[in-house]
Amino acid sequence: MSGTFLGTPAFPTAARTALEDSQLRRNLAHATGTIRAKRAGVVSEVDDWEQLRLAGEAIKDRVLRHLPDYLEQLERSLVAAGATVHWARDAAEANRIVVDVAQRHGTDEVVKVKSMATQEIELNEALAAAGIHAWETDLAELIVQLGDDLPSHILVPAIHRNRAEIREIFLREMGRAGRAAPDDLTDEPARLAAAARTHLREKFLRAKVAVSGANFAVAETGTLTVVESEGNGRMCLTLPEVLVSVVGIEKVLPTFQDLDVMLQLLPRSSTGERMNPYTSTWTGVTPGDGPQEVHVVLLDNGRTDVLADPTGRQALRCIRCSACLNVCPVYERTGGHAYGSVYPGPIGAILTPQLRGVGTDAQTDSLPYASSLCGACFEVCPVRIDIPEVLVHLRGEVVRAHQRASRVPSVQDMAMKAASWTLSSAARTGAAEKVAGLGGRLAGRLGRTAPGGRAVLGALPGPASPWADSRDVPVPAAESFRSWWERTDGGRSRSDNTDGGRSDGPADPAPGAEGGR
Amino acid sequence: MSAREAILQRARRALADVPAGDPVTDVPVVRPAPGPAPEGAAVVDLFAERVADYRAVVERADTGGAAALVAGALAARTPLAGDGRLRILVPPGFPDGLVPGDVDVVTDGPEVTVAELDRCDGVLSTAAVGIAETGTIVLDHGPGQGRRAATLVPDLHVCVVRSDQVVPGVPDAVALLDPARPHTWISGPSATSDIELDRVEGVHGPRTLHVVLLTPH
Ligand code: SF4
Repeated sequence: MSGTFLGTPAFPTAARTALEDSQLRRNLAHATGTIRAKRAGVVSEVDDWEQLRLAGEAIKDRVLRHLPDYLEQLERSLVAAGATVHWARDAAEANRIVVDVAQRHGTDEVVKVKSMATQEIELNEALAAAGIHAWETDLAELIVQLGDDLPSHILVPAIHRNRAEIREIFLREMGRAGRAAPDDLTDEPARLAAAARTHLREKFLRAKVAVSGANFAVAETGTLTVVESEGNGRMCLTLPEVLVSVVGIEKVLPTFQDLDVMLQLLPRSSTGERMNPYTSTWTGVTPGDGPQEVHVVLLDNGRTDVLADPTGRQALRCIRCSACLNVCPVYERTGGHAYGSVYPGPIGAILTPQLRGVGTDAQTDSLPYASSLCGACFEVCPVRIDIPEVLVHLRGEVVRAHQRASRVPSVQDMAMKAASWTLSSAARTGAAEKVAGLGGRLAGRLGRTAPGGRAVLGALPGPASPWADSRDVPVPAAESFRSWWERTDGGRSRSDNTDGGRSDGPADPAPGAEGGR
Repeated sequence: MSAREAILQRARRALADVPAGDPVTDVPVVRPAPGPAPEGAAVVDLFAERVADYRAVVERADTGGAAALVAGALAARTPLAGDGRLRILVPPGFPDGLVPGDVDVVTDGPEVTVAELDRCDGVLSTAAVGIAETGTIVLDHGPGQGRRAATLVPDLHVCVVRSDQVVPGVPDAVALLDPARPHTWISGPSATSDIELDRVEGVHGPRTLHVVLLTPH
């Protein structure tokens, strides 16, 4: 059973722990840098990328502004196509529906396609409580699950693990969950992938019930879509007798034709490919082909609260491409675990507090501060979510919530002193690391060990105290973010004077100032 | 109150700021105007080039040469079973003339079990649409294409695409497809980059994708 994000310390503490992990930072820098370069290449091939983004934004806004109508239409289309539609107000309700379906079919295991929604509701834990094993079938999710670990990136959830660690995990754990890894397993990626193939194949071939999410759900036709690379998605979507898909209510598209815009935006923004290896679409039940019993769970779990905030609502446009993670200087240094949520990086910093509600716990309330407001996330977002705008808005919400609860100082201190001050400058970050020492490899296992476990090393250097309230006011930049980025390769260039060199970058460019291409 | 009613009610309340109006016209969607797309032979050339970019095998033939290319795609395989003959899954509607004579044919259909699919060395199929810009083959699982599982479980997929099925871009493909059918979009063989971002071909889907691009006379 994988760990959960519950109990993750607030972002500044978690970030400080992550910053001590030099391997994590190397892996992340490599991953985000590589994907960033690939993305830029395939995006520049598209003649009118900006118009495509505008179309993506408009399609999602159209849905969100009339969500009840589109949900009702989706339900009618699904039922007409032979699917069973369920509605779930919250995680508990959604989990109960999935457990019921599995139990009705007398199975003690389900195979799963990687899905953010099912991670969000902690479905695996709920199934386990009912005595049902949920097997993750995406390679990275398998690594995370076998390692009893937490995902750290939307797209490459096991990016914090290197090949030697993966080999160890496979050798140690595969036999306990099914087909063991071969004894002569090496750490060559092809050999590791082959071991996963053999291990999972026996599960695919015998599974009766599969659980998936969906990237898109078309109201007009009832068509669901899963976008993937490995074929594990296709295995789950077509081999078992029963398929249950947990779909956030924001995943709706008005028409089948709208898939053309999304299927151009998503792969290029996500993996930096012209198209991902496999995309599956299905519309209810197809006699003689694939699962003959198809369920769709329409999940709210806080989404209608997000919808109720006209500024924050745009976060529901997110198509989970992860492009904003890969350009975020804060994410690149801290990794995904520090966000304490299945939604890490810039999108997590705005989505998580809205889904959970601000003013309820320190971890959540620290997230809107986990940003330098540089604007890079807005610039890459395929559906033009103005993340900096929502961050600033949510900071206000956090402060207001704490004023109501008369706990202003705790938030201000915690979030501003530690996260913003340390992370907005690599020079300071570097100093923090030196003082903290090159401690252990804690971050990758944060969910298990850090909360209440090993103490965090070292203290923040420097005057971490006088942090002005005016931090939120955009300061005119000495240099545009983009030009700084190009000059320094996102802060990694040696030609910059300081290690990582963010200190002479912009302090806080106006949110969205870099928008438009 | 049912969960359905509760969610719809909450959503309606959340959208109090949105004036009542026609949901279809409220937010206009302006798609990019189609750019200068390649035409005719150039579309097919681009398709072949882009499919090959994914490290799939692409070979071109006219109608006369296609059977030899399909046979060639199978020839290098070592049969899973020890008796020396390849077991090849062939969907109903796949052109008979393209099936090599020296293989054992398993005809796809709902009665073919998953375990039997797993014993096949390869699968032959046609396609519904090819997309040049992205090097994608779209199956709509009509005649010649098999059920969704047919082109998934065997380790080798030999796909015959007619050059007149190739369209320039994704919007052209979506416009041609029937939403009521299931679709599988295939862009190169199964691949993963989950281990240190090293691309590895073949995790669960066919590890080899062999495209025979057919130019009818
Ligand atoms: S917020 Fe935008 S860039 Fe970030 S994951 Fe969502 S769609 Fe992608």
